[in-house]
Amino acid sequence: METLQHIWPPVRLTLELALISTLLLLVLATPLAWWLARSNRAWKEVIATIVSLPLVLPPTVLGFYMLIALGPDGPGGAIANIWGARTLAFTFQGLVIGCILSALPAVVQPIRNAFAAVGDRPLEAAATLRASPWQAFWKVALPLASPGLLSGAVLGFANIVGNFGVVLMIGGNIPGRTRVMSTAIFDYVETMQWREANILAAGMVVFAFVVILSMTLVQKRYARAEA
Amino acid sequence: MRSIVITFGLLSLLFAGPAEAAKTNVAVAANFTEPARAIAARFREKTGHEAVLIFGASGAFFTQITHDAPFDVFLSADDERPRLAVEQGFAVPDSRFTYAIGKLVLWSRVLDVTDGKAALSAGKFSKLAIANPKSAPYGAAAVETMKALSMFDALRSKLVQGNSISQAFQFVDTRNAELGFVALAQLHGVAAGTQWLVPENLHTPIRQDAVLLKRGANDEASKAFLTFLKGPEARAIIESFGYAVE
Repeated sequence: METLQHIWPPVRLTLELALISTLLLLVLATPLAWWLARSNRAWKEVIATIVSLPLVLPPTVLGFYMLIALGPDGPGGAIANIWGARTLAFTFQGLVIGCILSALPAVVQPIRNAFAAVGDRPLEAAATLRASPWQAFWKVALPLASPGLLSGAVLGFANIVGNFGVVLMIGGNIPGRTRVMSTAIFDYVETMQWREANILAAGMVVFAFVVILSMTLVQKRYARAEA
Repeated sequence: MRSIVITFGLLSLLFAGPAEAAKTNVAVAANFTEPARAIAARFREKTGHEAVLIFGASGAFFTQITHDAPFDVFLSADDERPRLAVEQGFAVPDSRFTYAIGKLVLWSRVLDVTDGKAALSAGKFSKLAIANPKSAPYGAAAVETMKALSMFDALRSKLVQGNSISQAFQFVDTRNAELGFVALAQLHGVAAGTQWLVPENLHTPIRQDAVLLKRGANDEASKAFLTFLKGPEARAIIESFGYAVE
C-alpha cells in the first residue's frame, strides 16, 4: 500500500504529460504534415529534416539546448516572465515543450505519409463537387488519413512516456510536478529500491508491448479494409 | 620475404603494446572530476601507468559495481558505499580509506549569498538546486544543513534536484535556479557569482572514501594508483581543489 503511494504520483504525472502533449502534438503536427505532404516548395525537405533531428540526436543534446532555451537567458525565460517566473525549466509546461519537440518526428512522419497516400484524385473529386479546399481537407483528406493520425498519436504518446533524457535534464525531479516514471525508475535503481524499480519497470514493459502490438493489429486491419 | 617481415612487424605491433604501462579503470564521483584529472595526469608522469577515469554518480556506480562493472578502483562521494562494497564482497577489505573530505557551499549567480543564512531566510528566490539527497552525499548534506538551520520546511517547495552534484551545478550555472548547494571543488576556477561556505557543524562530514575493487585486487596499476592517491603529492592537489584531507 505504501509502495503504491510512492509509485502512483509519477505514473499519474506521466499519463497527464503524455496526454496533454499528444493532443498539442496532433494540433501542431497535422497542418505541418499536410504542408510537407502537399507543398511543392524546394526547401520543404529542409523543414522536414529539422523536424526529424530529434530522431538522430541524443536526448542529451536536446536537453542541453532546452535547459538554456527555457532558462532566464532564453525565450523560455521571457515567456515565464509573463506570470512573474524566471524560467520554464523545472515546470510541467517546460516538460510539455521538451516532450513535444522530441516526439514531433514520431508524430509528423506517419501523418505525412498518410496525407501523401491520399493523393490528388480524391481532392480533385471533392473540388469538382464544389467542396472548398477547407471542406475537402476536413471531409475527405482527414478521414482518409485517419489511420496515420492514429499511428502518430500512439507513437507520440509512447515516445513521451518513454522520454528520459530531456526530462532528466530539465525536470529537476520535483515530486508531483516533474518526477515522471522514467526518472523515478532511474532514482529507484540508484538508491537500490529494487522493489519499486521492478514494479514501474515491469509496468513500462507491459505498456510498450501493448502499444506495439495494438499498432500492428490496427495497421493490419486498415490494410485489409483497403484491400 | 620483405612482405612477410612487414606482416609480422605489423602483427607484433597489434599484440604487443607498451611493455610496462598498464591501465586501471577508476570510477570517480562527479564532484571529484577536476582533481581526479589532475591526479591522473601526475600519476601517469610518475609511474607511466594510465588511470582511465569514468565520471558519474556514486549511487549509480555502486549499482554497476554490484553487477560486475569493469572498474578496478572506486572513488566514492561518501563512505557508505565503499563500506557496503567491502561488506558485500566486491572490494578488498583493508583497502578502504578517506581520500578527501568535501566542503559544501551555497552558490548563486543571481543573488548575493555571502551571508548564506540571511539569503536563505529572506527567501527571495523561486528555485534552490541541490543534488538528489537519496543518492548523492552532497544532496544529503544540503538537506541536513537546511534542517540544522530550521529552514527545511520553508524551503522544501523551492527545491529542485539534480541527479548528481554536477547537475545541481548546471542548474545554478545556467541560472535556471537562482542558487544552489554545490561542492566547493566545483567552484575551483569559477569567478562568477557569490558563495557561502557552509559551516562544518551544520552537517555530518562528507567523507569521501576510496576502495580497491575485487577486479583490480591483483592489478599493479590499480594498487599503484591508490598508493599515489594516499601520497603527499596527490593530497596537495586534493587540498588545492577545496577539500580537506586527513
